[in-house]
Amino acid sequence: MANILVYALHYEGAINKNSLGAVSEGAKLAAELGGEAHAILLGENVPQDLAASLGRYGAKKALVAEGPEGLAQPLVDAMAAAIEGGDYSYALFGGGLLGFEIGAGLAARLGAGVVMEVTNVRAENGELIAERPILGDSAISEIKYRSPVGIIIGRLNAFEARESGEGEAAVEQLSFELSPQAQQATMLTRGEQRGADVDIEGADILVAGGRGLGKPEGFQLAEDLAKAFGGNSAVAATRAVVDAGWYPYAAQIGQTGKTVAPKLYLAAGISGAIQHKVGMQSSENIVAINKDANAPIFEFSDLGIVGDLNKILPKLTEAVKAKKGS
Amino acid sequence: MSGNGSRNGRVVPAAFPPPVDSEKEFVKHALDPEDERIEVGVAIVGGGPAGLACANRLLQLLADEPELSERLGEVPVAVIEKGKVCGAHNLSGAMMRPSGLAQLFPEIDPKDWPTYGQVAKDSVYWMLSPSMALPLKPTPPPFRNHGNYMVSVSELSRWLAEKAEEAGAYILTETAAAQLLVDDGVVRGIRSGDKGRGKDGQELGNFEPGSDVTAQATVLAEGTWGHLTGAAIREFNLAAHSDPQVWSLGVKEVWKVPKPLNRVIHTLGWPLRYGAKHREFGGSWIYPMGEDRVSLGFVIGLDYTDATVSAHDLLQQFKQSKLVRSILEGGERVAWGAKAIPEGGYWAMPKLSAPGMVICGDGGGMVNVPILKGIHYAIHAGIMAAEEIVKALKSGSSNLSAYEQRVEDSVIVKDLYETRNMKQPFAKGFFLGGAITNAMVLSKGRFPGGRWNNHRDADAPMTVGTKKDAYPKPDGKYTFDKLSSVFITGNATRDDAPNHIRVRKSVPRELAETWRWMCPAGVYEIPEDAPEHGQVDVIVNYTNCVQCGAITAKGGRLTTPEGGDGPLYQIT
Amino acid sequence: MKICVLVKEVPDAAVEKKLDPSTGRMDRSGEKNLNPYDTHAIEAAMQIKEGGAVPVEEIVAVTMGPDSAVRALHKAVSLGADRSVHLSDAVVAGSDVAATGYALAKTLQRESPDLVLLGQQSDDGECYTIGAVVAEHLGMPSLTQVIKMDVEAEALRCERQAEYGYDTVQVKLPAVISVGDAINEPRYPSLKAIMGAKKKQLDTVAAADVEIDVSKVGGDNSAAQWIAAKAPPAKAAGEIIEDEDTGETVERIVAWLDERKLI
Repeated sequence: MANILVYALHYEGAINKNSLGAVSEGAKLAAELGGEAHAILLGENVPQDLAASLGRYGAKKALVAEGPEGLAQPLVDAMAAAIEGGDYSYALFGGGLLGFEIGAGLAARLGAGVVMEVTNVRAENGELIAERPILGDSAISEIKYRSPVGIIIGRLNAFEARESGEGEAAVEQLSFELSPQAQQATMLTRGEQRGADVDIEGADILVAGGRGLGKPEGFQLAEDLAKAFGGNSAVAATRAVVDAGWYPYAAQIGQTGKTVAPKLYLAAGISGAIQHKVGMQSSENIVAINKDANAPIFEFSDLGIVGDLNKILPKLTEAVKAKKGS
Repeated sequence: MSGNGSRNGRVVPAAFPPPVDSEKEFVKHALDPEDERIEVGVAIVGGGPAGLACANRLLQLLADEPELSERLGEVPVAVIEKGKVCGAHNLSGAMMRPSGLAQLFPEIDPKDWPTYGQVAKDSVYWMLSPSMALPLKPTPPPFRNHGNYMVSVSELSRWLAEKAEEAGAYILTETAAAQLLVDDGVVRGIRSGDKGRGKDGQELGNFEPGSDVTAQATVLAEGTWGHLTGAAIREFNLAAHSDPQVWSLGVKEVWKVPKPLNRVIHTLGWPLRYGAKHREFGGSWIYPMGEDRVSLGFVIGLDYTDATVSAHDLLQQFKQSKLVRSILEGGERVAWGAKAIPEGGYWAMPKLSAPGMVICGDGGGMVNVPILKGIHYAIHAGIMAAEEIVKALKSGSSNLSAYEQRVEDSVIVKDLYETRNMKQPFAKGFFLGGAITNAMVLSKGRFPGGRWNNHRDADAPMTVGTKKDAYPKPDGKYTFDKLSSVFITGNATRDDAPNHIRVRKSVPRELAETWRWMCPAGVYEIPEDAPEHGQVDVIVNYTNCVQCGAITAKGGRLTTPEGGDGPLYQIT
Repeated sequence: MKICVLVKEVPDAAVEKKLDPSTGRMDRSGEKNLNPYDTHAIEAAMQIKEGGAVPVEEIVAVTMGPDSAVRALHKAVSLGADRSVHLSDAVVAGSDVAATGYALAKTLQRESPDLVLLGQQSDDGECYTIGAVVAEHLGMPSLTQVIKMDVEAEALRCERQAEYGYDTVQVKLPAVISVGDAINEPRYPSLKAIMGAKKKQLDTVAAADVEIDVSKVGGDNSAAQWIAAKAPPAKAAGEIIEDEDTGETVERIVAWLDERKLI
């Protein structure tokens, strides 16, 4: 039986979005292999109903383990124990920093193969093949596993959360022992927000501004639009305008700035030169507004608008606000 | 000749000199205390063919000179190279004459040289139009390359650096030589550049000041726009009897091609114009690089007068000819780069030594323009410099002037003298110039004789003309824009690095346009709201700079960037 | 305290990376450089040494790689490491991240470090957290994405970036810490240090010297097996709207966004 064990990160009573995606993906793949997807949660007094809710995303079972939250090594211990006692051929993680650490440690513990930054998984002849982009997203590598257990760590936002319409998962307590190394780390404070930092890498929607904004004040248009989108939205900038002092370096995207892959990247007044493109080309949806019809960005945008952003952005902001309000 | 300011809309770059005082800024007279200095035996500035030939030859000689080796200390030979590695800032065509390498490494078989072999056939075309290429037969003598080897000077430099390191040289990469150390009229070494300065020159958290590197002899092998060479020329008045240097700018691409090219090709004519007032002197090369690649480039003298001349765009335009399409079609661009070439020839060579110092290679103007050769001269010069340095140091002297006589007696001056007047006639236009030069070639430089003066590139009056109208719009597959070209050079410059380019900030529009079109890396930009006529505040995107040196010819002054910055050429 | 810093030579970030089509392995010819993230790890080690809170006897740079990897070690030494160790053996070539972590752990075991530092990712393998693999084999606690680190007597107080913000974690020594690039600004080596680097002690060790089980390393033994490379899915050509009536244009944009559930 090819079961898949899926790691579910949770925090303050909610399951992480990428973990929900991983559970959904795990359920889909397990079905193709003729097995089941089981989720595993670790924490201090993990609420039973939270664990059970993963059934709605396709998990047949949810294993709950007691241990310190937010650290990777206790999960290596718990998952290794589950895999040893159970019948799992794969361990699956949604994108995210903890997932990398746990998956890597688990690979070492089990002597298992591990692939990171996976964007797609397919079932073939009763086993799973992991696909991951390499070389700056210019090619895709296909990898299969030679070990009894294969570890798959997804890229951020690679797996979409889908409610499968099934009921609650069966919750089972998992008992396991903490390894000596797992006992050497203590969480002192968890999840401290640092307001001053612009976290563009985690944003779902980015409104990015370039030279075409005309002047530093032009960024107000971008900020208004990002605010209208609300939720996890942020403003980003090209290197040219950061160099010119129009916006802070923390918001810079491109070859020498950050690399992002949000659900929506709206580029206003950005030409799309390759130095910028490499920082955002993996965005799921790219919308570009530029008054130059020949701007390179139109070659790789999903929706391109040739026009004056000074006219379009304010109207778009109003329209988005209205739509969300309704 | 040099006017001041606008002349009926024609602007002379020399009237707007950059804010720089070479002697004051780039020569250091007070040495650091001894325990802070780094002492080496011989300091060689520049890790290209000249510098590395010198390093290799020095170590060959020192192997038989135990006493001198001991006196040179722990680091007998140090090569100071501002690029990430030797070869990172080197670019050329090139069809190299074998005499240099053969003299440097007589025991190495030419087939073990890092070259792409010899090419049997030569063709020269006079491009009458994009579709009409008139072959010039028989091949004019300057363009015959029988016996020469196709080479990438970037790869050659890496190979020479490996050999030098194996022999015991210390190669200090990512290190700029920012100042010349001169004490009591004698060159005592160089000072390396600071690292960790911010945009405005301020010291950042990880600021690391440069060091004084003192040496018993210093070799300046900096290449085409020698930073310290310029300073040394002023400090020691080395150009008292020579013409000012003039340059061309070459922009190059390397292509992977489906079918091998079987001959060396040079072209003249289209897309350059023939009229004397345009002063468009140049042409192209297309060389096979092994079975599956081709090196091609376009070169134009920087004394042109139309501000919209752009060597990069001329190359893109030139690629659209039937001739080039037949070679590149179905292929893929794999490299791009740009570099200035000293063109002044014999009359522009400065005095090549000062107490404690010699100048080798392109930095000393050792390029033979009509036959497009410089690499082997650089190697010969490096060898002679090494030999004369060893002789002088053995006798405890810092007088290296014997090197000048060696160069005078060598093939370098013999060849450059023969071709000493061959570029200048082209100031009279293509046909008249071509005829005159032809006469010189046939008479091996004797007729017509005399001295044809060079005029500084920055003295050419610039007008915003129509050259740009013919440039193709880049399609990203066959023709390319400047930014994406800079991208593939591996140019990685710190975002907050200080500006290493000295130009006047506020200049007439014609000059701003000149720089903007000229620069192959798109460094100079004119703000969108700038006036069509009158003064313009130029935007300098210095982080794009690939160190080609063209700005130094046309009214600015390039200085060394922070060590390690700039392109990372591999196969140019 | 003895600190070991794991370093790696990687293709220069500015150079276009290529795959060798026949083996699926990275074409590692061409320009190489010390992994930029590792320079932050060396700087962190130096700051502990210079900070004085805990005496540091030596900082040792450790790498696994072909002959050219010694250059990464020279660079590490010029940045402050006291000596270096080079695991060089044909049997480890082609190892995946798990096998590499194992080989490095065996090499480190010989050194018995109190603290292992490394950059959290490398520019070429595009893998993260080899530190977690190394820690598992060494039986040490591991923390990644660390952007601040204070040393107390027997423990570290670390701040690290995670999904929900910044965590402060106390980790007892010996430990393996993977640092992010936000942790510090690496120093530039002085010319003196660069020139002196080649003279510092460099030990070359083979797999047998560090008791590596050869069945666990090398391309053929890697548990994750590369089977093919392909081009990424071609993106469908985008739609272009010429704005004539802005009101209408905006309506179309909103409809497009709505279709994709982006609003």
